[in-house]
Amino acid sequence: MNEPAIETRDLSFAYNHHPVLEAVNMRVRRGEFLAVLGPNGGGKTTLIRILLGILRPMQGRAMVLGEPPGESPQRVGYVPQSQSGADRFPINVMDTVLLGRLGHLGRWFRFSGRDYQMARHALEEVGMLEFSERSIGSLSGGQRQRVLIARALAGEPEILFLDEPTAAVDQAFHSRFYDLLKELNEQKNTTIVVISHDLSVLSSHVKAVACVNRNLYYHDAAEISQEMLEKVYHCPVDLIAHGHVPHRVLKHH
Amino acid sequence: MLEILQYEFMRNALAAGLLVSIACGVIGSLVVVNRIVFISGGIAHASYGGIGLAFFAGFAPGLGAGLAALVSALVMGLVSHSRKHRADTIIGVIWAVGMSVGIILMDLTPGYRVDLMSYLFGSILLVPTHALWSMAGLILVITALTIFFYKDFLVMSHDEEFARAMGVPVTSLYFLLLIMVAISVVMTIQVVGLILVIALLTIPSYIAEKYSSSLKQMMLTAVIISIVFTQTGIWLAYYMDLTTGATIVMVAAAGFLISSLIPGRAS
Repeated sequence: MNEPAIETRDLSFAYNHHPVLEAVNMRVRRGEFLAVLGPNGGGKTTLIRILLGILRPMQGRAMVLGEPPGESPQRVGYVPQSQSGADRFPINVMDTVLLGRLGHLGRWFRFSGRDYQMARHALEEVGMLEFSERSIGSLSGGQRQRVLIARALAGEPEILFLDEPTAAVDQAFHSRFYDLLKELNEQKNTTIVVISHDLSVLSSHVKAVACVNRNLYYHDAAEISQEMLEKVYHCPVDLIAHGHVPHRVLKHH
Repeated sequence: MLEILQYEFMRNALAAGLLVSIACGVIGSLVVVNRIVFISGGIAHASYGGIGLAFFAGFAPGLGAGLAALVSALVMGLVSHSRKHRADTIIGVIWAVGMSVGIILMDLTPGYRVDLMSYLFGSILLVPTHALWSMAGLILVITALTIFFYKDFLVMSHDEEFARAMGVPVTSLYFLLLIMVAISVVMTIQVVGLILVIALLTIPSYIAEKYSSSLKQMMLTAVIISIVFTQTGIWLAYYMDLTTGATIVMVAAAGFLISSLIPGRAS
């Protein structure tokens, strides 16, 4: 348990010779609550996909929970960026959340009572238990997003990656959701890595901030303060979407 | 009405329709939810190149179709994985080139004019009994693989990104799916011909999706709908003296129209 939750060394990645990440070095403690900020196309999602083992780094190496990425999917939770558009896929809410238990399941096994119990518990946490039997296609975008969050929680992850998890959810669930993450982080010591533009909520919840714009700038702070937020804006970030009004932030000021 | 069952070719035709319906329901559902209808059409048409080669080189056309379907499935799989943004164009090219190669090889085959129509529109009334057994065997394999990898196919089809994070071997599964599509396509060609394969692979699944709350249920419903379409089509074609493949597809189209009037579960 002493090894860091995430450790990268000179991590680089490029799409078609176009560099997306360059020499990223980071070390994230166990039990950290990390916000990842940065402009769109700055490499935030790419970084998370490398840490999940979906992409292979072109240079450098990464370790997650003391193992190469993707080695132990049952220890990792993931809420991908929500896809827009109607989801006609024939699956109900309960079956979707159960898929979050897939990492715990052997090839020959069916989902057990415990898997169902964890799925129900996760649905309760996001306030979607009464929708268990509803089909995914009949839900609103926000409700669907809550189900995907429950799917990640159902796997009882030691580290949870979230890619703009609240982009589609309603305002009422919004703060409750971050409280839920805080609770997970404090009570179960779950390491949380969340990509978000929502500085207002993040400031009262996160413990550290990383800014990704090809390079990574890590701000380790036990408390989020005004100074911390200023540091965030001092990242070489061109544009940060904040609410509906984009703030123009100048480079190197 | 039952007197047509006394003919072996009719019994075989109905049995072939039944067997192909199982493949079309199970694999067709995966084709529809994974949005690989276009690739499946490409595989069907490219397989004609294999049929041409078989006649030219003198081996069994079924084998030629199978090999060409597998090769084109793998090439299209590679293309759609590595060059996503232009994949549809390249698949379209393979589609047409495969077909043309088949036609030209047929032209070059000395003194032998094969009935092109039987491959384009199917030859369900000519299915021999031994072919039924190999179809049954292949369907057994496809169904077993689908059951074995059901949860993996489910999570891959629903959310590929999440599936990868869960350690599901998405790329291998995708190629396995394309291979199963190739096998189903070659079997279905015998029944409705390569031009109409896509109708039988997609229409029953598309209708079933509307009334299903799980992938499993969608597959079963699609199998049943497909059986109704093929059996009705074969009977109608016999009594009205029409081309069987086209009649089956017209029955499917009628079913599609009727289903559009019946509301589904999520509306």
